[in-house]
Amino acid sequence: MAYITCRDLALGYNGKPIVTGLSFEVNRGDYLCVVGQNGAGKSTLMKTLLHLQDACAGEISVGDGLSPMEIGYLPQQTEVQRDFPASVWEVALSGTLTRKKRTLFYTKEQKLLAESMLRQLGMWELRGRSYRQLSGGQQQRTLLARALCATTRLLLLDEPVTGLDPAATAEFYHQIDSLHRKGIAVLMITHDLAAIGYATHILHIDSGHSFYGTKEEYMKSPLWDRLREQEEKP
Amino acid sequence: MALFEKLQYYFGFPFVRYAFIVGVLIALCASLLGVVLVLKRFSYIGDGLSHVAFGALAVASVLKLTDRMLLILPATIFTAVLLLRGGKARIRGDAAIAVFSVGALAIGYLLMNVFSNSANISGDVCTTLFGSTSILTLTRGEVWLCIVLSALTLLIFTFLYNRIFSVTFDESFARATGVNTDLYQTLIAVITAVIIVLAMNLVGSLLITALLVFPALSAMRVLRSFRGVMIYSGVLSVLGAVAGIIVSILASTPVGSTIVVFDLLLFLIHLVIGRARE
Repeated sequence: MAYITCRDLALGYNGKPIVTGLSFEVNRGDYLCVVGQNGAGKSTLMKTLLHLQDACAGEISVGDGLSPMEIGYLPQQTEVQRDFPASVWEVALSGTLTRKKRTLFYTKEQKLLAESMLRQLGMWELRGRSYRQLSGGQQQRTLLARALCATTRLLLLDEPVTGLDPAATAEFYHQIDSLHRKGIAVLMITHDLAAIGYATHILHIDSGHSFYGTKEEYMKSPLWDRLREQEEKP
Repeated sequence: MALFEKLQYYFGFPFVRYAFIVGVLIALCASLLGVVLVLKRFSYIGDGLSHVAFGALAVASVLKLTDRMLLILPATIFTAVLLLRGGKARIRGDAAIAVFSVGALAIGYLLMNVFSNSANISGDVCTTLFGSTSILTLTRGEVWLCIVLSALTLLIFTFLYNRIFSVTFDESFARATGVNTDLYQTLIAVITAVIIVLAMNLVGSLLITALLVFPALSAMRVLRSFRGVMIYSGVLSVLGAVAGIIVSILASTPVGSTIVVFDLLLFLIHLVIGRARE
């Protein structure tokens, strides 16, 4: 059983689908890149996976020990307010809320978890810093620590390198890659071709005829050529 | 010494003590709530809601209700929930606030004018809008209502602090990881409505936004963590309220605007400190 299995999904707004017939899985050890043109339904897919909206049709099932609310979500940079007064520590800790439903205050266990994630991402020394004073790369790592506090099974990333400079982007991909090697499954929405290099599977969303398969299969399909054309155009 | 004696003389009256307690409590609650509202980009909700409360007050006076709160509280809470949770509404955000705000203000003033049995309408209206003396005419029951509601607000902010942070910082993430964001939003909306109705007594409907926004903005200029901002915002607000009330007693100035001027001063000071630090 996969972590996430989607069968014949139709996604859209107010019951009007913009994309239909989406079927894919995310298994343990997978690194799935979701690509497609702007407006194809990538963000809608993310919102649906996050239970922020319902699918128009089809089913999403969760398995292999993953609970439905166990979501390691890394939002698009723009969606989190950059001027928010919150310390790195506060942001990371808030990721642990999903684990303890009934306690009001953070337990020792939750604090240790947040500490280990911040250490792992090299943000422990900066825990007292304000989120708004961090560089884009540091902000992403803070949000990544929060996501890892929520789950160590599956990360959902939504255009994670938007707004990062090339060096920070390369470092971020490296970080995700090393997490993936440690056994975390990754689902990343992206329009950056560089990200595809790390992927094991690709989901290309395209209204009626989406593609899902391994990266090798994808490289042979005409959709890959189309994607390259789109993204390499200035 | 003369000043001290004068203060002692005034604090000998129970209604002055009531006003002091209520004023400090309201200022404290408003500042905590203000941090959340400012960060959620809802700074102006206070203005809109207070006008709705003003409209409800006018209706209550026309109907000659003995307990006005019975009408004002539900009306304001209803509007607050509608505005803060109105995800699916056709008119959204600031436009919706504007519609409610001016609509209620116009209806309220119209009703007061047409049906008023008081000789001094503009005086009444001015009092409601700027809260000049109503804080000194609180009944014992109103004081207790104020204390209970403020205590409730403080308890909610203390015990649900972590979740309030999570929902304010990143609603999508909170919702995706199973925090009941609808519940928290409704809770924030209800608290907002309650605080605003209470604050009308203190500063009047036109100046409520100041009570919500100034302490939060001041704290954000100089502090980095959410917890720090929350606590410091509360401290500043209490400071402003205490100073404002005392000065207004000594100098016979209107309570509401005196407090707001102190809040404004504190804000300007923090603005400068914040700049200097950068």
